[in-house]
Amino acid sequence: MALLDVRSLSKEFDGLRALDGVTFTAGEGEILGIIGPNGAGKTTLFNMISGIYLPSGGEISFRGKSILRLKPHQISRLGIGRTFQIVRPFQNLDVETNVLVAYGHRFYPSLWKSTGPFRQPEILKEVQGLIEKSGLRPYTKQIAKNLPLGFKKRLEIARALALNPRLLLLDEPSAGLRFEESTQLMELIRQVRDQGIGVLLIEHNMHVVMDLCKRIVVLDHGSKIAEGSPEEIRSNALVIQAYLGKET
Amino acid sequence: MVSSFPLTLHPLRLTVFKMISGYLVTILITILIYAMLAHSLNIITGHAGQISLGHAAFFGIGAYTSAMLYTEAGFPFWISVPLAAVVAGTVGALLGIPCLRVRDDFLAITTMGINFVVEAIFLYIPFFGGAMGIGGINLPKWFGREMSKPEYFFLILVVFILLLLIDRQLGRSWVGLAWASIREDEQAAGPMGVDIVRFKVLAFILGSAIAGLAGGFYAHFLTFIMPQNFGFGQSIVILCMVVFGGIGTRWGPIVGAVILGIFPEISRPIMEYRILIYGVILLGMMRFQPGGLLGPDSILSKTFRRAVDRPSCLG
Repeated sequence: MALLDVRSLSKEFDGLRALDGVTFTAGEGEILGIIGPNGAGKTTLFNMISGIYLPSGGEISFRGKSILRLKPHQISRLGIGRTFQIVRPFQNLDVETNVLVAYGHRFYPSLWKSTGPFRQPEILKEVQGLIEKSGLRPYTKQIAKNLPLGFKKRLEIARALALNPRLLLLDEPSAGLRFEESTQLMELIRQVRDQGIGVLLIEHNMHVVMDLCKRIVVLDHGSKIAEGSPEEIRSNALVIQAYLGKET
Repeated sequence: MVSSFPLTLHPLRLTVFKMISGYLVTILITILIYAMLAHSLNIITGHAGQISLGHAAFFGIGAYTSAMLYTEAGFPFWISVPLAAVVAGTVGALLGIPCLRVRDDFLAITTMGINFVVEAIFLYIPFFGGAMGIGGINLPKWFGREMSKPEYFFLILVVFILLLLIDRQLGRSWVGLAWASIREDEQAAGPMGVDIVRFKVLAFILGSAIAGLAGGFYAHFLTFIMPQNFGFGQSIVILCMVVFGGIGTRWGPIVGAVILGIFPEISRPIMEYRILIYGVILLGMMRFQPGGLLGPDSILSKTFRRAVDRPSCLG
């Protein structure tokens, strides 16, 4: 049983097909790369897996159960964490509080438990551990909006990890980062995978994708045009055509 | 001779003294009710980040509920006022549901519309007394007599302090955290496990119920209520207090209610141009101190922080 099973998934926006019958699976402890030119439907795919959009057709199951009609908070509680293409930390909250919001997913379902205080030693210790792992320790009490982009991206990962996820959806984590920043981020993603968490990685930086992923899915104009190892993808005629255009 | 002065207060002086203290207590109760209203709006708009331009509607629902229960059904104050909170909270939950579908400027317009509808219902449905309003509401009775105004003031004060303690507890709880995340970025909060609908509705229920409670206290204090007391203008006055004092802070809305509440009592001309002056204050605050008097980046907070930090610099 695959961790995530996406079957002939489609999404239409007012007659525009953003995604057209995409099928793939992702496993535990695996980084699956999802690449494709701009407008290929990658972020739309993430928004459907995380419950922000309702698909027009197809099926998504997570650990053998359909998550098609679930709300974002229900999906996150099942163990799917995500980051955003354009970073969205809670800007006016500090790093620790940002992570605490996601940590609270285990209390929110019960109204009674929700009224309990969140500043408890064991909880803060666990949250501090996540912050440390993401390399944000010196910034624990910093307001998120004052962090540089690279740290905001780490914060998003730390926040997603506080959900205790089995699958992480990362939407262009290295976009806009300097080389060293992106190298450090790749290291963090590897650590996450080594914990046995599955990762779906949308990425434009081919260097990053080829380095991290053993398997890659290529989308173009809403359809899957290729799937395979980095070597297979690199030499795939359809992929080259999608990125560079047809030879005339 | 000198020592006998306090014991034998001249009758005229006594009347003046009583008048002043009566006036003072009236102002104090009014300010306290405004503080409670500002606090309740702060839960919805400050904590959960949901703008409301129709908060006076719930104030009115509370006032009318307790007034009708008291005058028509013969319920005592001690039952009619808590029921006012329950009814206002329930209506807040029901009206909160359509509000879940809209955000920001659309939410502002929706809540404004709710205010107009509620005011119109009080005004045009004879059952609610129409333009004449409802009279004959009295101060509560206890120990076999009617409560005095200073006693009533302390009753409301005790209730308000309890509400503030609950607010502090909620601010330190996961509920407070969930509200903060919705206020900051609703679309990012969902994928972090926050049930947006539940926590928004919770804020609407709490804020509306407390406004309803304030309405119950208000009706029994004024002894006479009219639809105009609960119009859109009143909503703006409440919002103004919240924004002026510091939206989202615990003490800001109370400070705002005290300052803007005392303000019109200083002189009659100010009273007459009250709404105009409030409007100017609102514009001024938005331009120069959007966080309010007690907001994190306000001049007042910065000065205070500097004053606190100074000794450590010397040491």
